[in-house]
Amino acid sequence: MRTSAPARVGQYTALLAYLVFLAFPFLWLLSTAFKPPRELGSLHPTWIPKDPTLDNFRQAFDEQPLLHAALNSLVAALAAAVVAVLIATPMAYVVARRRTRLAKAVTGWVVVSQAFPFVLLIIPLFLVLKNLRMINSVPGLVLVYVVWALPFALWMLAGYVRAVPPELEEAAAVDGAGRVRTLVSVTAPLLAPGIVATGLFAFITAWNEFFFALVLLKTPEKQTLPVVLTHFIGAEGVADLGPLAAAAFLATLPSLVVFAIIQRRITGGMLTGAVKS
Amino acid sequence: MTSVTEVRKPADPAPGRARPRRVVDHGAWFLVLPALIPILVLSVGPLLYGILLAFTDAQSGRTEPTQWIGGLNFRDLLHDTLFWESFRIGLVWAVGVTVPQFLLALGLALLLNQELRLRWLARALAIIPWAMPEVVVGIMWRLVYNPDAGILNETLRDIGLGGGRDWLSGLATALPAVILVGVWAGMPQTTVALLAGLQNTPRELHEAAAVDGAGAWRRFRTVTWPALRPIALAITALNLIWNFNSFALVYVLTNGGPGGRTRLPMLFAYEEAFRYGQFGYAAAMGCVMVAVISIALAVFLVGRLRGGDDA
Repeated sequence: MRTSAPARVGQYTALLAYLVFLAFPFLWLLSTAFKPPRELGSLHPTWIPKDPTLDNFRQAFDEQPLLHAALNSLVAALAAAVVAVLIATPMAYVVARRRTRLAKAVTGWVVVSQAFPFVLLIIPLFLVLKNLRMINSVPGLVLVYVVWALPFALWMLAGYVRAVPPELEEAAAVDGAGRVRTLVSVTAPLLAPGIVATGLFAFITAWNEFFFALVLLKTPEKQTLPVVLTHFIGAEGVADLGPLAAAAFLATLPSLVVFAIIQRRITGGMLTGAVKS
Repeated sequence: MTSVTEVRKPADPAPGRARPRRVVDHGAWFLVLPALIPILVLSVGPLLYGILLAFTDAQSGRTEPTQWIGGLNFRDLLHDTLFWESFRIGLVWAVGVTVPQFLLALGLALLLNQELRLRWLARALAIIPWAMPEVVVGIMWRLVYNPDAGILNETLRDIGLGGGRDWLSGLATALPAVILVGVWAGMPQTTVALLAGLQNTPRELHEAAAVDGAGAWRRFRTVTWPALRPIALAITALNLIWNFNSFALVYVLTNGGPGGRTRLPMLFAYEEAFRYGQFGYAAAMGCVMVAVISIALAVFLVGRLRGGDDA
């Protein structure tokens, strides 16, 4: 379709405005992360650090147990993603292939779980985990993350299963393959990309999660990265800006990388789920 | 493995395709158990337990046993002006974030659906807020809003609009300031959903409408919007709920301050439960939130679905 010249100008102006709006806070974070204290204290801050430094990064690691927190985050997110995908895949398969009451219940549960104020879930979970002596423990957090990641994982995976034509499985059955054989050698390879995408998505959501971690993890050596980041902001809201920016920037890198890889698949999965149900 | 690709080729869409009963029959129950058990034990169970707790005087660190107190928590909640104030703030925040976010996202999605040069950059940038931990988004905007070293005040000074304001601590400015962050943080998701919806509308329809002499606005109203409406409705309803229930962003930005001006319901319930140990009371708050969300959602959906064609 042809667009008139003035319309084009309008479009590009709007696009530029969007680009600025989306990018400027992130660029400011980067700029702050590389500024020496003298420039951070300046009353007339500049976009480009005049005297860029890596001291903020060093100081960030000195002030808070960032490496340890990153390790906790990694363990929690990885375990949650792997377990969630392992147990969600078979269920998603059944839900996608059979229109039973179970499928309807799962769809309903996915919707409800999206609308839920987590405070109503975390109080009882806190009490239960406390009785199991799993407060302030990463495994306890993993349990919560698994259940928390399940609805979306089921939804995405069911979408991927529906994309595999059942005729393929029937053909394998006609060829004499049993149920397990069919699943393993016909369906699973076709589902693999979807399973990986779902797992990575579960990983990022757990890596970024804050509320459950804040409630369940008490001592600094158990806490995950998002919780430790908030320690940079002092009790009175006074913060050491440079190290704060440096640590925040580092905490974002893993999810940015993973997200760049799977972004298309997530939106695909989200929409097939939204349209089909 | 090789047979898979061979089988796929003759993909004749068999009329009335048979269900693969052979593959998934009643014997497939064992496939469901690994997920069903954790769901029941760690999600459905705690939920019911949470609702029960709302009718008790459960507190943390108390020695005497928890007692059933009926609707007492709910009666107290009814008279808790602080709670209803936070509820009001939650509604202002949810609507204040969702509506501008939707309009901005719609604009961006329409732009990204055009053949524009910087499209790839906008798509790449749109990922950033989505992938960032909410805590980092909050920290980042604190740096932007910083009264001395922040870029917002400096820019305002540069264009002659004063500046020097402490946006997040001002009684009047705190809520608008956090709302702006909420809009920024959730825009990508909404944009991507709307963009996908746009790409599902057939291009031929647009071209036919253009040939018929319909202007941009008419084309939007008669072709684009009807196709987009289901996704737009779904994403708006979800956004309203998500925003009403949000926590991390505002916790990091203001922690509910100044003077409770940004204390969202979730922040209030969190403090009640985990700072003051009032588990029963906080659970009752959760129940009220669920009830109101469900009712609001039902009204919203029924209203929008009925309010049909000119919506």
